[in-house]
Amino acid sequence: MVGLMAWVSGIVFGLGIILSGMVNPAIVLAFLDITDRWDASLIGVMAGAVAVSSIAFTMAKKQKKSYLGEYIQIPSVTKIDTRLILGGIVFGIGWGIAGICPGPALVLVGSGNQEAIIFLIAMLLGMGIFEAVQQKYQ
Amino acid sequence: MHINYLDLLPWQAVAGGLAIGSAVTILLLFNGRIAGISGIIGGLFRLQKGDIGWRIAFILGLVLSVTIWKIFFALPEIRIETSHWMLLLAGLLVGYGTRLGSGCTSGHGVCGLSRGSIRSFAATVIFMLTAMLTVYVVRHVIIS
Repeated sequence: MVGLMAWVSGIVFGLGIILSGMVNPAIVLAFLDITDRWDASLIGVMAGAVAVSSIAFTMAKKQKKSYLGEYIQIPSVTKIDTRLILGGIVFGIGWGIAGICPGPALVLVGSGNQEAIIFLIAMLLGMGIFEAVQQKYQ
Repeated sequence: MHINYLDLLPWQAVAGGLAIGSAVTILLLFNGRIAGISGIIGGLFRLQKGDIGWRIAFILGLVLSVTIWKIFFALPEIRIETSHWMLLLAGLLVGYGTRLGSGCTSGHGVCGLSRGSIRSFAATVIFMLTAMLTVYVVRHVIIS
């Protein structure tokens, strides 16, 4: 059941990415390009998503376990440290170059887009490098 | 070259957002998990027993969503114009950066803002502003 609900969540998430236009890097780049005919429609995506999710988080905080009896794992870290800032900058540069973030990357690969496959492989490589560096220095 | 981005209607953006919020709700209330996509993929590099199946199921759902969409609607044409080398660079940066900063647009952006996390709000502001600055440099400084 845990797997099934995760699968359903992934599908709904993907449909949201397609419907919202975030699947199209050109739309994302038009949103990020504030100096040239700014397309602000992606603010609507964030507003819609946060409107629904904030209710879910309010509900989840009152529960000890999920409907399937799993522990509710909400991050407890509150520190704004160098790692968070550097990570945000590195991710921001990558996102700004291609207009693709991890969710849309997977959806694009699902559509059979060949450029997206290059991006996804590089993204996985980047994550692998991070893990390797982490393990070496811990 | 002129591209008409206004094909995308604002209601579509909001409706897409509502769907994303619903997906976050499902994963949180049923599985007790945050729908942070970089975190879900990144967790697969650590291979912890009992923590793999749901991640793969979620990822397969994302990949499969296009197929389901296509049953009902046509997929709008998507052309990626970034060169292969730049895509490679962008992918590496997105992969490394999201893991270093513990989240991406979904984990820090959607989920973090929804639960009122100042840390996630800070992360979202940082990667948004950096991405906007990067687009400005790439489009208006380098290629001008």
